[in-house]
Amino acid sequence: MNTKTDLLKEIVKNITHYVVLGVFALFASLPFLWMLITTFKTDADLYNRANNPFFFNQAPTLAHIEHLFTETMFFQWLLNTAIVGISVVAITLALAIPAGYSLVRLGGRTGEKLGIVIFLTYLVAPTILFIPMSRVIAELGLQDSLWSLILVFPSFTIPFAIWLLMGFFKAIPQDLEEAAMIDGYSRLGAFIRMVIPISKSGILTVVIFSFTLVVQEYIYTLTFVTSASRYTVSVGVPTFLVHGDVYNWGALMGGCLIASLPIAIVYNFFVDRFIGGLTLGAVKG
Amino acid sequence: MATGGRRAGEAALGGNSRLSLLVDNEKILGFLMIAPAVAYVLALVGYPLVLAFIYSLSDMTVGSTHFNFVGLKNIKYIIQDPEFQTAVKNTLLFTFVSQLIVIVLAKILALLLVKDFKGKFFVRALILMPYVAPISLGVIGWLWMLDSIYSPINWLLQHTGLFGPDFWPMWLGKPDLAMTSIITVHVWRMLPLATVIILAGLCSIPQDIQDAALVDGAGYFRQLFQITIPMMLPIIMVAVLFGIVFTATDIIIILVLTRGGPYDSTQVLVSQAFYTGIDAGDLAQGAAIALFLFPLLLAVAIFMLRIARRAEVA
Repeated sequence: MNTKTDLLKEIVKNITHYVVLGVFALFASLPFLWMLITTFKTDADLYNRANNPFFFNQAPTLAHIEHLFTETMFFQWLLNTAIVGISVVAITLALAIPAGYSLVRLGGRTGEKLGIVIFLTYLVAPTILFIPMSRVIAELGLQDSLWSLILVFPSFTIPFAIWLLMGFFKAIPQDLEEAAMIDGYSRLGAFIRMVIPISKSGILTVVIFSFTLVVQEYIYTLTFVTSASRYTVSVGVPTFLVHGDVYNWGALMGGCLIASLPIAIVYNFFVDRFIGGLTLGAVKG
Repeated sequence: MATGGRRAGEAALGGNSRLSLLVDNEKILGFLMIAPAVAYVLALVGYPLVLAFIYSLSDMTVGSTHFNFVGLKNIKYIIQDPEFQTAVKNTLLFTFVSQLIVIVLAKILALLLVKDFKGKFFVRALILMPYVAPISLGVIGWLWMLDSIYSPINWLLQHTGLFGPDFWPMWLGKPDLAMTSIITVHVWRMLPLATVIILAGLCSIPQDIQDAALVDGAGYFRQLFQITIPMMLPIIMVAVLFGIVFTATDIIIILVLTRGGPYDSTQVLVSQAFYTGIDAGDLAQGAAIALFLFPLLLAVAIFMLRIARRAEVA
């Protein structure tokens, strides 16, 4: 008898748990669900207020996706994002890997402190800097060019990358490098031949973060770039598909979905490492 | 091998000239490895930051390259400007209300997610979506959901009978509703980050402390208020601080949904800085408006340094 009521209680508890979580999950994913529905709906279905907006009252269509790739610059924006993303990742790795290693192994206590100071520059948000930066870019003659983005974005990816890499390098046993150095490698040789290969997962994390930060970036791009053909996807879609002449909700939602999903899925697997870095190790992510 | 390495280090300290040369070289190497990154950050964060201060004391515009020192004229003008006052009020309201909601919801959500259950990975991934997807694109999804004619939210509420047949709110068109919408979307955006930070904190509370409390007969709420929350206070602070920084410095939601309108009812400091400094071309004033956020960032930086020191000691 007693066990039966306990069991019932347990079941009720479980159901509440799932229902409340379900509400949260729905709230979080609703806009994406809505994008998915809109992307494949015909215009006649979409713009009929008598229809249930959550069902396909007419057969789904690929017309919006086609429109997106043939009538808009969406593909160019994806391409721009990829070009900027890859360049920024390359610059970030080239500067942050040696810097992170140097701070951990060759810097001692000062290195540790300098590391935190560099991390904190991540907080000096683009918000404060975009106005003077627009002037700097103009003086360099880089306005309205992808080069402006490639130059400026590493200023926020490098600090975070150094900080994350410091964590990874610290975890490598010093003995390994010392052994390599006794075997005749120089410090630099040990770093290149030993440390970098074992830090692959740390480096991959940095690649993912730098790339997602580039894709997410909004205000610098909006400030530096004026030609539609040079926008990244995060700025091109809201600027030219929302406030521009072509106003096609189906295509717009398709564009948001196509650009969001791959990033969201990959980032999802790395987000805990990001949290660990953000909380300065006060919390293990 | 390890002892060999240590012995080499000791020998270096002992004055072996060949090895001490190596140590000297390492200092140079260390400098060479860090210098490019530091130079990059100084040039592209430090330099523009100094410029921001200089601009705010000048009368620079996009059109004129001439620099005129005007002292605190911009700051004085801004402080008296009613539009600026509205923006400050909106920023405070927006930040405070959205953070309050985020922390309460994040705490609940983290407590739900800390348990093991079937489909946890999938649910967690769904809940993280607003944070991991590019923000400007997610917000466009909201723009379409809050559409003045085709809003599916209105449709649903009307067809379930919660709204009367003639009630069709314009979510982004009325000042109060627009602010409510902006806050809702912002909560949507920030909730995942706060949840994951708090979740990480929950997982870091040693199980034996919880067990001991249980053995001592502490009930759920006693445990929550006397153990869980006090132990998690620093972590909740971290979540709140990042929330405040990301809320006060982010304008994507406002630029995409309302562009500060209707009637400046959703204009915040950053969006005003953008429209003044870039759209209207008044670099000096725009820079001055944006700089009002600097003390906030400085306070957060100082707090983070203290957290870092404590983590170092532990």
